[in-house]
Amino acid sequence: MLATIGVGSLQEIFDRQIPEAVRLDRPLQLPDGLGEQDVYEHLRALAARNTSVEDELSFLGAGMYDHYVPALIDMLMERSEFLTPYTPYQPEISQGGLQVMFEYQTAVSELTGLPVSNASVYEGPSAVAAAGYMAKLHNGGQRIVVSAGLHPHSLQTLRTNAHGYGAAVVEVPLRDGVTDPDAWAEAIDADTSAAIFAQPNFYGAIEDAAALSASVRTAVAASFGAEGAGFARPSDPVVVCQVDPITLGVLKAPGECGVDVAVGEGQSLGNRLDYGGPSFGLFAAREEYLRRMPGRIAGETVDIDGRRGFVLTLQTREQHIRREKATSNICTAQALNALGGVVYLTWLGRRGIVELGELLLARTHYAREALASIDGVEKLHEQPVIREFALRLDADVAAVKARCAERGVNPGVDVHSLSARDEDRGVLLVAITERRSRADIDRLVEVLATALAAEREAIGAAGTSVVA
Amino acid sequence: MIDENHLHADPGIESHHPSANGRRPLAAPVAAGAGATPLQLQAARTIFQKGAPGRRAFVCPPLDVPDVDIGELLPERFRRTQPARLPEVSEPEIVRHYVGISKRNFDLDSGFYPLGSCTMKHNPRLHERVAALPGHARLHPLQDPERAQGALELMWSLQGALAEVSGLPHVSLQPSAGSHGELAGVLLTRAYHEDRGETRHKVLTPDTAHGTNPATVTMAGFEVVKLATNADGGIDIDDLRAKADTDVACLMLTNPNTLGLFDPNISEIAEIVHGVGATLYYDGANLNAVMGVSRPGDMGFDIVHFNLHKSFTQPHGGGGPGSGPIAVSDRVAPFLPVPVVVQRRDGSFDLDHDPEGGAGSKSIGRLRGFHGNYGCFVRSYAYIRSLGGDGLKDASQAAVLNANYLLARLKQHGVAEYLPLAYGELCMHEFVLSGGPMKKDLKIKTLDLAKRLLDFGFHPPTVYFPLLVEEALMVEPTETETKETLDAFAAAIAEILREAAADPTIAQGAPYSTPVRRLDEVAAAKTPVIREALD
Repeated sequence: MLATIGVGSLQEIFDRQIPEAVRLDRPLQLPDGLGEQDVYEHLRALAARNTSVEDELSFLGAGMYDHYVPALIDMLMERSEFLTPYTPYQPEISQGGLQVMFEYQTAVSELTGLPVSNASVYEGPSAVAAAGYMAKLHNGGQRIVVSAGLHPHSLQTLRTNAHGYGAAVVEVPLRDGVTDPDAWAEAIDADTSAAIFAQPNFYGAIEDAAALSASVRTAVAASFGAEGAGFARPSDPVVVCQVDPITLGVLKAPGECGVDVAVGEGQSLGNRLDYGGPSFGLFAAREEYLRRMPGRIAGETVDIDGRRGFVLTLQTREQHIRREKATSNICTAQALNALGGVVYLTWLGRRGIVELGELLLARTHYAREALASIDGVEKLHEQPVIREFALRLDADVAAVKARCAERGVNPGVDVHSLSARDEDRGVLLVAITERRSRADIDRLVEVLATALAAEREAIGAAGTSVVA
Repeated sequence: MIDENHLHADPGIESHHPSANGRRPLAAPVAAGAGATPLQLQAARTIFQKGAPGRRAFVCPPLDVPDVDIGELLPERFRRTQPARLPEVSEPEIVRHYVGISKRNFDLDSGFYPLGSCTMKHNPRLHERVAALPGHARLHPLQDPERAQGALELMWSLQGALAEVSGLPHVSLQPSAGSHGELAGVLLTRAYHEDRGETRHKVLTPDTAHGTNPATVTMAGFEVVKLATNADGGIDIDDLRAKADTDVACLMLTNPNTLGLFDPNISEIAEIVHGVGATLYYDGANLNAVMGVSRPGDMGFDIVHFNLHKSFTQPHGGGGPGSGPIAVSDRVAPFLPVPVVVQRRDGSFDLDHDPEGGAGSKSIGRLRGFHGNYGCFVRSYAYIRSLGGDGLKDASQAAVLNANYLLARLKQHGVAEYLPLAYGELCMHEFVLSGGPMKKDLKIKTLDLAKRLLDFGFHPPTVYFPLLVEEALMVEPTETETKETLDAFAAAIAEILREAAADPTIAQGAPYSTPVRRLDEVAAAKTPVIREALD
């Protein structure tokens, strides 16, 4: 090969191109390579030091959930034809992936009740930030109004991004567990580019999505009347709802609630936990936002013989064509994870997603009532919940969790550790999936009650918690 | 006058047919329904067009809690009235449907994928196995750190390895993809300048840059200033000197660049950029050329993003998932995203959400939920442990050897006359040919060549990028391809040019053997149909 190239050595190829001053003159200081078996054993040993949802009775949620992933998804996601191709830039040999995107878009559009969906974005919180950016491109407003009911990661991600694209983030507090409707309406003004809330919200409460959407329209009309007289306002704020798609079998679709853009974390649809990723983000919208959406979009067309086919379309939005004028820098999204999502929705089917949603609703209600009856536990709010709910404990959540862990139960998420809000001290967020049976819930009730009693006793004895 | 004989079928090497699968490609157009291949005869039907009312795969777990009227649990105004019209299909139908459409995809496991700037190297199956271990795949991201020690140690070790490869000591694994890493990098730059009390507005990008660079700059609230390319394919130093001023926040650079060339003036470039107080950003898309050979940190870069799905074999998944960690110098480290993975004095690992001093102490905040694409970390960490430091260097050396060999083989075939190398003589891990002479002399465009390659069983190179090369064809063979594969690909290119010299309409009408033929992209964009219409 060297003779064909016309060089004397491999080194010569590098020496002729890379100045000596920037060549690395020593080996990389990394462990020596290992054979396949040894790598497997090493990675297995690392895995063994993690307590997975298979190893304990887990009620963790707060953004990612232990829903059952059917076996056929593993099989399909590991197929070479889906696992190993690149982005479908050559549509003639990428019809499989493109059709999956088209089907995914159809499923997400159906689920959200919004006419257009892209082929996925990275994940939930960055999808919220992307919606904020799209809103700014759409109407040029400088303020983004957000409900404090958004997941803290979404709020933080939005702030990080908005600082870059030059928008102020204004947070609206909760009242009785849901977005305070008066504060929400007051926060909207003529310079508001987007109004963002979560359904269900971070604390598990079902928001009145239709009312929140409607009040944005009303508020902006009122505000515009006062401040904007004489100006031609380009468009209203974009109403963005962060959804959990698995709840949309029973919850009213965002499109039916007057929402403009639905975004969300897709993990609950057939994706494994993977310690937080990769998963996929949903991004669906009303028709008028189609040409400003981020990400890949598959579209239907025909080939020169008239056969139905699919292509990446509306690429003039995208970075590889439009460069600095692109609507987003996103290119690689989450095609494989979105495949898992659409296969999952197909597996659940038209009736299954409703049945599953109703089961979650019933079990979550049962768990909430049973847990709230424990001495020292109360509901954080009285709003309806569907798959997750927040409780206030009269003890330190970390200490109680540690006691539960000794008995193989993980009762949920310590909310303060995520939100860092003072008022969230003592708040436990409990998620109920279809993998948690009534017997599991009853066990949680017993273990949590015992842990709380023990913690109270320990504090009473020592004057402070004895569990670090 | 075109002389077919300039294109040598097989210069002095063993005889073989240029098609990847050994079969002669279809040369004549296949009319729909007449002589079409089996895949062409299958009309594309989506899952929404299959099934029947009441058919299903999912069996819902039984209601084991008291049956409460749904109206009591969820007021009617919150309830869905119009059901989502999801498919009604059985499990066998689902499997047959998706396995069926999977066969309408080309994939890396099936054939050569010399897609420039994409680093389509082999994806070892071990990585899928270890990533699927329940301790990794079923680990909840909010598990208490003391019970996720294996995951945190893996992330810690991967960060260390990436720091060593890049020569930059502080790593965040959080960004979800290369483009996300770029956004992180430019936001870090903004924070760095703001912390010094400076407001800068401009970011420099070469005209050869990946489109994500300028798109990112805009998203992060900066203005793009383009830098010209010199006659050797590197940064035009005079242009850089003219544009580098104290309003410049950053220069984003890929090195080797998208022409496959290592910029020999990199030290001078770094000096100029640092001289005006700006940061130097390394787009790691082409890192596969220089692992263990040359390090961005040693070149003077402040920030680098990695594409774990390129250099470190995370499978591309048909367009994701990827993962785009970043590594930075000491001066940028305080602004890194939180949480940061830390090692405690007792040797255990933890996530620090609010570090005091050091990395993340003046953080830009979060870029996404949780800790990044951990599943990708597992695969890339397994890759790094498989290869070790020497193996990574071997990989880069073999990648560069393969690219130069393929370039030389194409020359031997006489291809260079029609597809000359755009810049330079040698290349790093990829090279860019110009299809300008081919278009003029053989009457076929780079697009035609690409489409005809499909009939030969090859994925085409990247086409029409970088933009400054006429009819560009960007070829990156990677280190995991054999000499035989490279020979067959070179022979196929020569064959297509020879064929075009005799009859350009063959390539102009290609492909013929694929599940569908050329698609009407203009119509798709003009009247977008982006979901199935349901009754």
